[in-house]
Amino acid sequence: MEKFKKLTRNQLFIPVVALILLVIFNLIKDPSFFAIVVEQNSMGNKVLSGSLITILDYGSELAILALGMTLVTAASGGQDISVGAAIALAGSVVLRVLCGTEARPEAMHAPIIVAFIVCALVAMAFGAFNGVLVAYFKLQPMVATLILFTAGRSIAAWINNNQLPIISDPKFGYFGNFFPGIPIPSPIFIAVIFMTVTFLILRFTKLALFTQAVGINSESSRLNGINPKFIKFITYVILGFCVAVAGFIKVSRLSTINYSVIAKDIEMDAILAVALGGNALSGGKFNMSASILGAYVIQFLTITLYKFDVPSSALPAYKAVVVIILVVLSAPVVREKLASLKKNMASAKEAN
Amino acid sequence: MKKRKLTDSNLLLIITIAVFLAMYIGAIAFLGGGFTKPQSFCNILNENAALIIISCGMSLVMMTGGIDISVGAVVSLVCMCCAVNLDFHGGNVFTSILIALGIGTLFGLVQGFLIAYLEVQPFIVTLAGMFFARGMTTIVNSTQFNVENEQFRALKNARILLPGIGSYNKNGNFIQAYIEIGVVIALITVAVLFVLLRWVRLGRGFYAVGGNSQSANMLGINVKRTKFFAYLICGFLAGIGGFVYFLHVGSGSPSHASGAEMNAIASSIIGGTMLTGGSGNIIGTLFGVMSLSTIKNIVSSLGLDDAWWTNITVASMICLFIVIQSVVLSRKNKAK
Repeated sequence: MEKFKKLTRNQLFIPVVALILLVIFNLIKDPSFFAIVVEQNSMGNKVLSGSLITILDYGSELAILALGMTLVTAASGGQDISVGAAIALAGSVVLRVLCGTEARPEAMHAPIIVAFIVCALVAMAFGAFNGVLVAYFKLQPMVATLILFTAGRSIAAWINNNQLPIISDPKFGYFGNFFPGIPIPSPIFIAVIFMTVTFLILRFTKLALFTQAVGINSESSRLNGINPKFIKFITYVILGFCVAVAGFIKVSRLSTINYSVIAKDIEMDAILAVALGGNALSGGKFNMSASILGAYVIQFLTITLYKFDVPSSALPAYKAVVVIILVVLSAPVVREKLASLKKNMASAKEAN
Repeated sequence: MKKRKLTDSNLLLIITIAVFLAMYIGAIAFLGGGFTKPQSFCNILNENAALIIISCGMSLVMMTGGIDISVGAVVSLVCMCCAVNLDFHGGNVFTSILIALGIGTLFGLVQGFLIAYLEVQPFIVTLAGMFFARGMTTIVNSTQFNVENEQFRALKNARILLPGIGSYNKNGNFIQAYIEIGVVIALITVAVLFVLLRWVRLGRGFYAVGGNSQSANMLGINVKRTKFFAYLICGFLAGIGGFVYFLHVGSGSPSHASGAEMNAIASSIIGGTMLTGGSGNIIGTLFGVMSLSTIKNIVSSLGLDDAWWTNITVASMICLFIVIQSVVLSRKNKAK
């Protein structure tokens, strides 16, 4: 009984249970869901394919965003709703650097690494803009990021003069699809590298401690010598970098961009991942691995629903039901009620 | 203290009205053309009647310190359900009004209960509400279609002519300016809410809860119930707004009113509703909507026709007003 209690208190409990439920559901409905086969893709490479691979592949951007979103949530007690628009922006910058002003260049105008660095700088600058509004102007994060949410996609279109450039060089597509000779989709590698680096940073710097301190009580963290404004600011810049990586993968997948569709609603999924991981949306303590697991669970849910021919526009309704169940179960009021109910039952048993 | 706070909110209101007037007069002076006709002013009202109604609901919720981002999706769901009811199930206008109000109230009830009594974060609850409504819209019907019901079309095309106001067209005929039924509903809504917020106990409670919920509690205000009512009214208004929107466009589509929640939030901010709660004015919200659509009209008449520019101007306008608010707020804090 004690062990069970400890288990349910663990932050990973909810996402793991959700994952297990999804796995069982798929096993019963259609075991071929889990099949992984080797196929020849259009480039002539032998690559792995299957629903599980798709989940890991397309979950990469979401997991990367969830990392940044967790930090932002923990430090500022709010969420950044502009990440989807910022991804469009970052992707647009990548294409602008690589294509110049031509819509369909024969060769790329700059090395890919230069494009990535420029896009990272731009995305971090926009993150800094959000960060300044939140940390120094003391705005609610949701409202501060509303500005970029409204304008982001428009600025993205403006950067490329409203054209939709296409990159014909297959090398650019490697980052979003497959490197020749490697059967595993490259976004998975990028995500793994990204997570490893993040964990090393959290392990060997005081970032995690300071972020949580600011989130729990920013006034007392200030009295303890932490600069809460700077910590809040820096989390938004970090999220900006995450956005750059996610945006780079997104454009690399298609070698082009569609400003109004790319990364649509991804901000909702990223926030959902943080919530699913059991992290308090009002800030404070956080658990990075739970958020990442949450991100993949959401991708799992999405792919499962696609498998059952749910049209993509109806997906949100199902996700909403999941969210409502989760938030109701994790609401402090409900938890207290349940705990007192348990206590009453236990004491009634003893009385008998 | 009370007097001081009212001056602040009045100051924001005056700024909003001044900005609106400056923009409109500027447009008449420099762009002339369409802006000089009274009809173009009425068209702003006609096109934004639904937005005015849902923005009013949004302002109420924001005054209590919360947010409701489900309203746009609820409008879309209401449109689709009413359209399906009228065209496929042989319903009439009366039943579709009932459906609209029912959906809005239901969303308000559930979201209000979750937020006020279970103390879940408003952003997350209404986010789920938005997801749910958007998804349900496509489940009800996934394609856009125009409603053919005659009774409804008659209501949709009903125009209220304004006596004595109008302009001469090319042939020299006098054309009276008109407004749609939705505008009347919107103006009534604004009036009712104005009275509610100024003289009714519940309305004063919204300010108290948003300003400081703990002291509101100590003053004997039922904080939970007040919050609950804010979301309930907001949902109800989203239902009415949905029907008015439906009356204006006369079709059901999953992409209707996309982004309306953001426009409503932006209008409330421009109208001087403080994001932190506790301050705001419904008349300001009305002018917020008007300013927002005037700026859109100006941008499109400047020839920058693509929607991109509209978004950028709207965003910079939000930014400007947020900064003004933050200045007012810091002035208030200093005065303490």
